[in-house]
Amino acid sequence: MSQASSPKRQGWLSKLIPPHSAEPGVVRLGRRRIYILPNRSGLLFGITLILMLLGAINYQLALGHALVFLLASLGLISMLHAQRNLLGLEIQAQPGPSVHAGEPGSFRIQVSNPDGRPRSALEWQLERQAMPRRLDLQLKQDKGWVTLDMATHQRGWFAMPRLTLSSTYPLGWYRTWSHPWPHTRLLVYPAPSFTPLPPGGSFQGDSHAIVQEGHGDFSGLRERQPAETLRHVAWKAAAREQGQKPLLVKVFGEGRNEDLELAWTSTAGDDETRLSILTGWVLQAERQGLRYSLTLPSRTIPAASGAAHCQRCLQALALYPDNS
Amino acid sequence: MSRHSPVLERHQIPWLIGVALCTTLPHAGFLPIWMTGLSALLLMTVAWQWHRGLAPLHKALKVLLVVVCTAGILFEYKTLLGRDAGIAMLVLFMALKQLELRTHRDATVVISLGYFLLLTHYFHAQDIPTGLWLILSTLLVTAALLKLQAAPTASPMSLLKTAGGLLLQALPLMLVLYLFFPRIPGPLWGLPQDAYTGRTGLSETMAPGNISELVNSPEIAFRAQFTGPPPTPQTRYWRGPVLDHYDGRAWQAGPTGREAAPVEHLGQALSYSLTMEAHKQHWLLALDMPARLPDNPELGARLDKNGTALSNRPLLNRQRYELQSFPSYRLDPEGKTVSLPRHLQLPQGYNPRTLELGRQWKSQGLTPEGTIQQALRMFREENFHYTLRPPLLGRNAMDDFLFSTRRGFCEHYASAFVVLMRAAGVPARVVTGYLGGEVNPVDGFMIIRQSDAHAWAEVWIKQKGWVRVDPTGAISPARIESSLASALPDEATLPYMELRWARQLQQRWEALNNQWNQWVLGYDQSRQQELLARLGFTDGNWRTLILLLGISTLVLLVGLSLWLFLPRTSKDPAWALWNKARKRLQTQGISAPDWESPMALVQRLETAAPHLVPAYRELARLVMTARYEANGPKMEALRHAYQQLPR
Repeated sequence: MSQASSPKRQGWLSKLIPPHSAEPGVVRLGRRRIYILPNRSGLLFGITLILMLLGAINYQLALGHALVFLLASLGLISMLHAQRNLLGLEIQAQPGPSVHAGEPGSFRIQVSNPDGRPRSALEWQLERQAMPRRLDLQLKQDKGWVTLDMATHQRGWFAMPRLTLSSTYPLGWYRTWSHPWPHTRLLVYPAPSFTPLPPGGSFQGDSHAIVQEGHGDFSGLRERQPAETLRHVAWKAAAREQGQKPLLVKVFGEGRNEDLELAWTSTAGDDETRLSILTGWVLQAERQGLRYSLTLPSRTIPAASGAAHCQRCLQALALYPDNS
Repeated sequence: MSRHSPVLERHQIPWLIGVALCTTLPHAGFLPIWMTGLSALLLMTVAWQWHRGLAPLHKALKVLLVVVCTAGILFEYKTLLGRDAGIAMLVLFMALKQLELRTHRDATVVISLGYFLLLTHYFHAQDIPTGLWLILSTLLVTAALLKLQAAPTASPMSLLKTAGGLLLQALPLMLVLYLFFPRIPGPLWGLPQDAYTGRTGLSETMAPGNISELVNSPEIAFRAQFTGPPPTPQTRYWRGPVLDHYDGRAWQAGPTGREAAPVEHLGQALSYSLTMEAHKQHWLLALDMPARLPDNPELGARLDKNGTALSNRPLLNRQRYELQSFPSYRLDPEGKTVSLPRHLQLPQGYNPRTLELGRQWKSQGLTPEGTIQQALRMFREENFHYTLRPPLLGRNAMDDFLFSTRRGFCEHYASAFVVLMRAAGVPARVVTGYLGGEVNPVDGFMIIRQSDAHAWAEVWIKQKGWVRVDPTGAISPARIESSLASALPDEATLPYMELRWARQLQQRWEALNNQWNQWVLGYDQSRQQELLARLGFTDGNWRTLILLLGISTLVLLVGLSLWLFLPRTSKDPAWALWNKARKRLQTQGISAPDWESPMALVQRLETAAPHLVPAYRELARLVMTARYEANGPKMEALRHAYQQLPR
């Protein structure tokens, strides 16, 4: 439990314990990477046992000896069970959905349990993050997952920190732990700063200008405004989302006069400020269903619209200037 | 350590209340009534609060309760230390702790207190029922501990099962510890006065009624196990304190002296071991007449000048020792221990008629043997009766008994006989102890009960020494040859001797208890040494023990880990088939580790060996559905798929 996972106490110890870098692929917990130490209630139990032994000796209680020895044996064998509770787990990690710097990001930890034994009270924690998450695997349950949140501060790739998997199962007298560190990373977009879009986009809210029946090619989707006709609603897309999201309407190429150009050069300030402004523009343009292009000093993304395009732009912004 | 221990969940509380209940309940009969009541009230309050989801008691109220309880214990026991006050404190604190169950840490304290309280039950009894109750309680406490850790969905049954499994696995290790952990003879610190409570048994005085009171108790005094055949019933005299001072009412023991009585042993020796219940006295109750005494230094056994075997400290625990006795003997034929003032002593101004009778015999010029026969003939031929309920006697007790009531128990006969002998000028004394003993057919141990308590006389005759004379035999030969039950007239049938089947049941139960006493409770330092000797360590000391303990613990732990950690051959036939398929892959030079799931393996095959993929994919699919779906495919389908695998 959390009383044993205090970062202060575990600090020097966990620095000594491998792994010191992330591991590729699936991490399998072998015997050599599972650590065990008695915790506070284990010490309390030990002291109780010693007092009980003294009492049994002093009053010559034969059954008292038996009870003390039974409990001492229980203490020893529960150590084996504590280790066995973690042994053989296979751990993989995936990044959660990308977020903007400052928003809480997440990693999804996949745990497989090939031999299907029940595993109890597994506590998962990202290093230097509070709030462990608990996972119990029932008998024959061979897969489970937990999502671990953490704060993001910077744009770019955020490599998952080392995991701490700990448990005090079965009797709470020991803390067993391991540091699996499956390699994965989360893309963090720059924090958006919302400033008005640069001029050039023709769509300024007059919906009839773009929603014209039968003209031109289908060029994308955008959110339906309350007063619009239902004729252009993308019902297939709506069915896919099962009504979870607002209706989308089809946008046709001829409804647009000109593409919006989001350029590095139209912003001012240091690099991060510019990236924030551009991010804000991309998000606004996308929300309004515009076609937009993104021009960075190192790279240009031609005009388009849609979620994939938006993601591409955000990725480029997140990784600037390294656009490989 | 963090200050934030996780908060207890609502469903965990009843387990902790259960722990408090089962660990304090057996104390209820031994604590002052107000304490039992208060603890019960506290537990009920907690249960009610839990049931109703009420807020915990106000802090000030809790503090007040603690103060009241401590003051109550102080008032009751005048101390907070010592055994009984300590138990009372633990019980009350267990109940009080229930009032503030908030976090896991509180729960841990409750569990530790619970384990400790389990130990304190043994102060009251260590018999088999207590042992069973404690096994159940240990199971419950351990399951409660598990409840704190396990998934909230785990059912009570599954928790008990897991806890039971853990305890079972701990059992072999416990046995090793029990056998090889160096036993330290206690006590480590002074035992308080209350360590041993009163028990019945012989004492150093014999007043009328003492022994007939004992006779009502079926309690076991001691057990004997003979290496050869047991002695005949007529010679089963177990020698206890010798009483040689009479004050007109009661007989008292005199000084025991430093020197051992000179004894000449005749005939065949009997070797046996005695398991004595704790009687808090020094007497070892050896069979008349002890020759070789136990050499156990702790016991410090010696023979006193009256021929009684003594230990140098009271027997506070059940104790087992080896003895050797000779049923035929001459005790002090030279008369070195005879002192005429002491062995002819009679109180002045008591029993004039008895004294007159003795003087009369003396004036007839009878030999000591003749005097003995005279007295025995009187008991036999005149109208004397043997009874458990003799009438009350007056100030001149022996006069009343010999000349008017003529109804008495062994103590009356022994006492009257010795008074008569002394009056006739023959040195005589009263010996108390036990007469008889019954062999339990179940385990061959001879059981001697308090009801076998007896008193007889010894008369000193030149050249013959102290000769045992049992006047009870003159009046009731059956008492000596068989048992008390057969000697008593019907009026006095003892309640525990009635039914035959009940008797057999009792014999079995007592044999079981005896085994328990001999092997479980009686396992002490000397038994440990015996065990070491049997294992071939003749000069075993604590180093040998530690070594043995270490080695066997290691062996057991390694064995258990192998059992726990080695992949067991799966009982699942589908999985066994998959393992066979994996082995085949390995012979074809493709690695197939056991931890890889079938689907992962097939995916890897797509690049490693594409031609094998279709067959393996089909088998993997079937294996997975067989394992994880309720209505999986038949084994035939699996076997068929297996046969399709390319060689």
